Formats: sequence, C-alpha cells, structure tokens
Amino acid sequence: MNVTSTRDASPTLEEMVGTRWRRPPLVQRVWLRYALLIGFAAYLVAAIASVEVDWLRVYQGLDRGAAFVMAFAKPDFVSRADAIWNGMVESIVITVASSVVGILISIPIALGAARNIAPVPIYMICRGIIAVSRALQEIIVAILLVAIFGFGPLAGFLTLSFATIGFLSKLLAEDIESMDRSQAEAVRATGARWSQWIDYGVKPQVIPRLIGLSMYRVDINFRESAILGLVGAGGIGATLNTAFDRYEYDTAAAILLLIIGIVMALEYLSGLIRARVQ
Amino acid sequence: MPVIETAKGPEWRLRNQREALTRWSFWLVGVVVFLWCWARISEATTWFFVWDAPSIAGDIFERATPPRWSYMDNLWLPIWDTLNIATLGTIGALILAVPVAFLAARNTTPSALFIRPIALLIIVSTRSINSLIWALLLIAIIGPGVFAGIVAIAIRSIGFCAKLLYEAIEEIDHTQVEAITATGASRWQVMVYGIVPQIMPAFAGISVFRWDINIRESTVLGLVGAGGIGLQLQASLNTLAWPQVSLILLVILAAVVLSEWVSAKVRGAII
Repeated sequence: MNVTSTRDASPTLEEMVGTRWRRPPLVQRVWLRYALLIGFAAYLVAAIASVEVDWLRVYQGLDRGAAFVMAFAKPDFVSRADAIWNGMVESIVITVASSVVGILISIPIALGAARNIAPVPIYMICRGIIAVSRALQEIIVAILLVAIFGFGPLAGFLTLSFATIGFLSKLLAEDIESMDRSQAEAVRATGARWSQWIDYGVKPQVIPRLIGLSMYRVDINFRESAILGLVGAGGIGATLNTAFDRYEYDTAAAILLLIIGIVMALEYLSGLIRARVQ
Repeated sequence: MPVIETAKGPEWRLRNQREALTRWSFWLVGVVVFLWCWARISEATTWFFVWDAPSIAGDIFERATPPRWSYMDNLWLPIWDTLNIATLGTIGALILAVPVAFLAARNTTPSALFIRPIALLIIVSTRSINSLIWALLLIAIIGPGVFAGIVAIAIRSIGFCAKLLYEAIEEIDHTQVEAITATGASRWQVMVYGIVPQIMPAFAGISVFRWDINIRESTVLGLVGAGGIGLQLQASLNTLAWPQVSLILLVILAAVVLSEWVSAKVRGAII
C-alpha cells in the first residue's frame, strides 16, 4: 500500500478528534460501492423472479425428504449387496488405474509446462493440453467418451486420466517454476546430462509436493468416479441412480454413507502421507 | 549415505540394501495392484468397440460440425437459468456456511467437544457428495427444475466454503480480538469488530472462487433434470442432434472460461 497517498486522503488526527468513528467500507469509492450494490440487488430481484418454484410440489416432497433422512438412520446394505459391492469395486478400480496413468502422463507434461525448464514451443503445447483438460468437465468428457468407446469402465478410466493431467500438470508446473534455481544450477555445473539435471536438481525439490498433490487427486478421482455411472461410464453411480429411480432410499443412503466413509478415510490417509513427506 | 566396500574400493550408494529392498517391494505391490485394476477394466470392456473407436469418433465429429448456430435462440434462457443456479446457489451456500464455519473454528466454537465435531461432519459430508448426486436426490424430493439445482449447488458448496472460511477464522490475529475485548465489548461486538474485518477478504475471495466452480457445475446439472443448459444438452444427446451438442459444448466452454476470467479478476482486485 502506498503510504503517502493514504495519508493525503485520510484526515489528520486533529481533524478526527471529536468526530465519531465509522467502520471503513469494503469498497472505497462511493459511486462504485452504490453501483455494485444496486446492480447486485437488481440482478437478485430479476433472478429470483425468474425461478419458478412449485411450492405445492415442494411441500408434497417434504414427506419423501423426511423418508430419505430417516433412511440414513437405517441404511440397507444387504438387499442390493451384490450391486453395491460390484459398483464400489469398479469405482475403486477406476480411481486407482486412472490416478496411476494420469500421474505418469502429467509428469512429463508438467516438465514441459514449466517456463524455466522447457523451450517456448514445448511450453505452449503443454500449456494448451492443460488448458483443454481443465476447461472440459469430467462429466462432459465422460459423455463423449461413452459415445465413442461404448458403455463401461474404460470410458470412466480415460475420463479421469484426462482430468488428472490438467489438474496435476498445472499445479506441478507451478511448483517447478517456483523452485530454488541455485540447486538446479549447481547440479548442472557438475556437467550433468539433461536427465541427470532433472533427476538430481529438480526432482528432489518437487517430489513432496507431487506426492501431496497425487494423494489429493486420488481423493478427487474417487469422488468423481461416483458420478461417472450416471452417464454409463462405470462405477457406483449407476447403482445409486437405480436406487433413486426405484425410490429405494435405504439403499441410496447406504451407498452415500459408503462414499462419505471412503472419502473421509482417503482424506485422513492423504493428510497422514502429506504430513510425512513435507 | 551408505558406502559399500568392493574389491575396487569404496562405492557410494544413495540407499542401503534394506531401504532399496523396501522401496522395490513397494513398487512391486503398486504395479501388481495397477495391473489387477487394469485387468478388471479390460474384462468389462468390449474391445471390438474400442478398436472401432477412431472411425466412430471421426463419424461423430463429422456430424457435429459445423455447429447449428441458429439453435442459439433456444439457449439464452437456459444460460440465464444456469447463471441463476450458480449465483443463487452460492449465496445460499454462503448464508449456510458462515454459521457452520464459526461453529467449526477452534477459536470461536461454543463447544469444542460437542458442536465442533457436528460442524466438521456437516462440512465433510456435504463436500464428499457431488452436486449431481445432490441434484438427483433433490429431484426425487422436490421435483425437477431450477429450484432443485439451486438447492443442490447450495448444499454441495457449504462444505467447501465453510472449510476455507473456518481455516481463515483460525488464522486471525488474536491481538486485535483481545484489543476489542479489552474495551468491554460483548461477544457479538467482538465478532463484528474483531473477527469479521479480518476474514472479510478471505470471505470475498472464497465466494467468488466458489461461484466460478458453481458455474462449471451448474452447466451439467441439467443432465439429471435440475435445470440450466444441461437440459438442452441431454435433449440433444438423446435425439442424437450432434450439431446442437457441439454448439452447447462451445457455449459451456465459453461460460467456463469467462467465469474463470471474472473470478481471477475479482480475486486479483480484492487480495
């Protein structure tokens, strides 16, 4: 912050003595503050007016809502145990396979997308791949891949691998860009080859972050694999969808509890691992 | 760093034998697990379709280009709906997330033993379930439409917003709170003058960040019937109207890029 300019704008202590203190507003410029407020209020009114809510339908649905909440108290793991088991295994299989492949592919792309390592043409290509992967959402990619490769876990696996590349390469490339240059320089000064330079100069600096990010991505991949089934790309989502369609809330509650449980376990595990490597 | 004595003299190694063996077995287990997973995926795949994929992809691409630009007239209303789902959903989420965050932060929670775990449970459970699943559930309860989408986005975002917000609350400068307390302020006054001003930038940043994510998520909510542009996408996919699909995908892409740009600009201005 520029000290002199704020001193000019704000009154001196002599002027302020005896006046009442007011909280400083978030937006300093008066006209901008009111313009933002009025614009936002106008938008809110227009938005809320355009949302059609069938309150009678909502009211009638409250019974079903209550039934669903009650179902969490007595989830039914048993009657569809086979479907739940197969779906869960498929979700986990997709998660593991796509994380491994995604991480393996994203490492070279991250090296290419780091400005301090890669030459400009490679940098542009790798940044392009990252941008495409990040802009397309998992579920849309899954729809397209299901149309191309047919139903089944292969489409889900490819979707999540693709999504992992965008996420991991971007964050890893940022980490490589902010690494300590002198260490890499020292390794290069010993006359190391390019591969040795990467292995001894760059890798040790970014490996903790890579492990942390990978664990985080495994977590995300599992969560995403739970919805891929909605569009036919394999996993627990299909079972869940069927349960909702049949109004079998106790089975749906069981599946949701399993998902929450696994996500919590993964988060705990990744927390432990990240604490160890950092 | 172990040094191994050989006939030619001492040799420098990065790891001793035991470390190397542990690492090696770790990698072996990893590779086996991956191969098993791959075998299961491969079993469930009809490879005939996969070998056929390039020609199918080419076929779809041929049908999808050029996009049917005239369909744009039918898309303005769904775009408006999508924007509303994201914005109203984010506002709803923030209203719900603020109390949860204050209950979850160690320094503001009324009871670290009873209330904090409940708040953390709310955060974890809303965060771990995708908005599409929330939408499925809400459609079963309150019927399809934009409203279900708004509620789904709102519930899904509680965990994200509350988590980041309570971390911000835990990181506040305690001396400022103490100074306000020393003036004889009540609990609420301490909240308003001591804590809120410190977390306001974080709060604004989180809301814009989540709004950006919500725009992304609300574009696909329609796939399960929760309103927005996803409804048109689903309808076009069902009728195999590929030129419309490609147009909708372009619109979604533009919306995502635009919202990310807006979010980056606003966050840059705040922080």
